Amino acid sequence: MRYIVFFLICMVVWVAFTFNLSLQYISIGAVFSLITTIFFGKNFVPGWKKFLNPVRYFWAIIYIPIFLWECIKANFDVAYRVIHPRLLINPGIVKVKTKIKTDIGKVILANSITMTPGTLTIDLIGDTLYIHWIYISSKNPAIYSEKIAGRFEKYIKRIFD
Amino acid sequence: MSSIVGLFLGIGIFFNLLGCIGLLRMPDVYNRLQAATKCVTLGTWSILFAHFLHFGFTASGIKALIGIPLLFLTSTVAAHSLARGSYIFGIKLWKKSVKDDYKGKVKVKK
Repeated sequence: MRYIVFFLICMVVWVAFTFNLSLQYISIGAVFSLITTIFFGKNFVPGWKKFLNPVRYFWAIIYIPIFLWECIKANFDVAYRVIHPRLLINPGIVKVKTKIKTDIGKVILANSITMTPGTLTIDLIGDTLYIHWIYISSKNPAIYSEKIAGRFEKYIKRIFD
Repeated sequence: MSSIVGLFLGIGIFFNLLGCIGLLRMPDVYNRLQAATKCVTLGTWSILFAHFLHFGFTASGIKALIGIPLLFLTSTVAAHSLARGSYIFGIKLWKKSVKDDYKGKVKVKK
């Protein structure tokens, strides 16, 4: 069953890429989707059936503008630090615990953290994220965990957990 | 319409330029990656989006639109693996860094 879903996703991406519905393109796409499915189908997201629930897509649609807004703020923040004559940086590596259980949720959280204000995920061991932070503004783990991960965690929990 | 396309292209080029300046000015590899991932990714998103606005729902426009989530997944993972790889190969943090919680969690090569 999961192989069929994986195959269909590959086909949709292929059709969107080529944007051509002639028999030639469709058959080539089917062959390559089949090869991809044989090799990588077993790595498809475990427990994918819960993504049939439309509520998750509703939260995903809410999450995208919030994420984009944070991302734009992050860019202006880093840009300001880059062009400031005295390089306003105070870097270090901090660790943050996450409450998200599924692997795909952790990956999306780590990617979101990398895209936001001066933070870069270096490693993920168990449920601990190691984050390089360009300007450490607080020494208290509770405050910086909320500042780095808390904003996204509650949405990602609703989308992926 | 073409003025909006021009605006997005301008934003994209501006952020890419800032990313390059950051790459030159920052003191160590981790801070350089910060500038490279954030500014350059948003700049490239903006350029891809301008491309989509210009060409609309054609083969070329849709390719640009698919590029945006792909870039979100690949550039962040690339930055993560570069940072982790440099840590494991023993590249030190900048001497004025204030904190290092990652010390001792992975085996560092001498």
